[in-house]
Amino acid sequence: MIEIKHLRYAYPAVEGQEPAAVLEDVDLHIEKGSFTAILGHNGSGKSTLAKLLSAVLLPSGGEVLVDGLSTAEEKNIMEIRRRVGMVFQNPDNQIVANVVEEDVAFAPENLGVPAEEIRARVDEALAAVGMEAFRLHAPHLLSGGQKQRIAIAGVLAMQPEVLVLDEVTAMLDPEGRREVLETVHRLNRERGMTVLLITHHMSEVEKADRVIVMEQGRVVMDGSPKEVFPRVEELRRLSLDVPGTVDLLYELRRIGWDVPLDALGVDECADAICKFLQ
Amino acid sequence: MLKDITLGQFFPGNTLAHRLDPRTKLMVTVLYIVALFCAKSFVSYGVMALWLVTAVQVSKVGYKALVKGLKPVWFIIVFTAVLNLIYIKGTPLVTIWKFTIYREAVETAVFMILRIAMLIMGTFLLTYTTSPIRLTDGLETLLSPLKKLHAPVHELAMMMAIALRFIPTLIEETDKIMSAQKARGADFESGGLLQRAKALIPILVPLFISAFRRADELATAMECRCYSGGEGRTKLHVLRFAAKDYLVLALAAVLTAAVIVLGRMGL
Repeated sequence: MIEIKHLRYAYPAVEGQEPAAVLEDVDLHIEKGSFTAILGHNGSGKSTLAKLLSAVLLPSGGEVLVDGLSTAEEKNIMEIRRRVGMVFQNPDNQIVANVVEEDVAFAPENLGVPAEEIRARVDEALAAVGMEAFRLHAPHLLSGGQKQRIAIAGVLAMQPEVLVLDEVTAMLDPEGRREVLETVHRLNRERGMTVLLITHHMSEVEKADRVIVMEQGRVVMDGSPKEVFPRVEELRRLSLDVPGTVDLLYELRRIGWDVPLDALGVDECADAICKFLQ
Repeated sequence: MLKDITLGQFFPGNTLAHRLDPRTKLMVTVLYIVALFCAKSFVSYGVMALWLVTAVQVSKVGYKALVKGLKPVWFIIVFTAVLNLIYIKGTPLVTIWKFTIYREAVETAVFMILRIAMLIMGTFLLTYTTSPIRLTDGLETLLSPLKKLHAPVHELAMMMAIALRFIPTLIEETDKIMSAQKARGADFESGGLLQRAKALIPILVPLFISAFRRADELATAMECRCYSGGEGRTKLHVLRFAAKDYLVLALAAVLTAAVIVLGRMGL
């Protein structure tokens, strides 16, 4: 699906300064239909990576291939952008129109899709994010979570192959965050949408198939949540939190209890503790 | 204070006025303005008033909302009326202190007030009954012949649509910045004109910075949604003239012609 080979990226040099390297030698392969989370605190290069995927930025070295199309080639750009649906942090700054359905129609309009098909795509995209009832509403009157779901519908209308979500929950309240994450997980589960979720919230990645941790432009960990989270000390050194359950198990182990570290779910964690106590 | 801005406001509805093609409404508004400037007598102003009242009745927009639209311009209206009263000479009517007021002056002043008020109410009726997107769509289609002359018609329409989209967002932001500055002891209400203008700087600077950041993010988001200008774009809502559009247009043309003919006849 997405192939990243020896990717390097440096922002253009400001006068009198060395170009600042943001990504160094990143190698990744994203499987079709997978749910991948990319973790890292500010400045780890994770948002730059997202922009490289949709050809907003072009690699300084190495290459990014989306379905075999290189982002470095001018003629591929539109097709790559159609295949890679990008959703950003601030929903207000992605919504173009003052009516929900007009906004969702923006991308297919750009692609030159005929009117009847735009109608069908808009209805389908709104249904996919559970916002059909708000078809004719003004976006600025919706809640943050609802706006972000509209933004997701807006890229779904392009019928993309992969959804790249760049810190989409950062500006939302807990309720909005839950709404958006549920929507994204449902899209992945029910429609087989490939999802790349970029975040710095540990709690959002528990249900991912794969977790990639980035630090200073490099991939430092890569594996399933069960493989990554037990590495508590390393994660803490990267100033990342661990889920509450892992934290509890970690502390228990420190006082000598023999519990596994990879029981991520609350029930699973409770079972592990009960088993030890018996 | 900022909540009072009615510019570009739209009252959703399902009346004939709402369902007309935006191009029809734009053309009717242009005809209405032309007629308004050709009206020179009480008879022709009567025709214009009839036109406006019919349109308001059909659209079911309250007169209250229309009169509210006049609020920001009442000063201009009064000012022009007073100037007319003072400077136009003719048959004397009354003399107050050193000023003589003439019959023609009163007539012109009244016409002036009517003209400006009706002009504003008429154009507001257009924005009240047409969603901004439909309005810009209509404008873009009407002006599309200019594309042959390389005029950036699509770009202008897109800019207008985005500007209208961001008005509520920026108003909200201004309110937030004002509250934040007030919380830190800023004073926007007292002092002379100059002092008040100066007090606006701490609002305008963060507002501009944030507007630029928004513009940058919006541009990236638009690019990611495959925006590449007007070339090859299609539309969700295709504009189509229906029988009612031709009918309304014909009616507006007849009324405009009538007002012009009345003007020629000196009525």
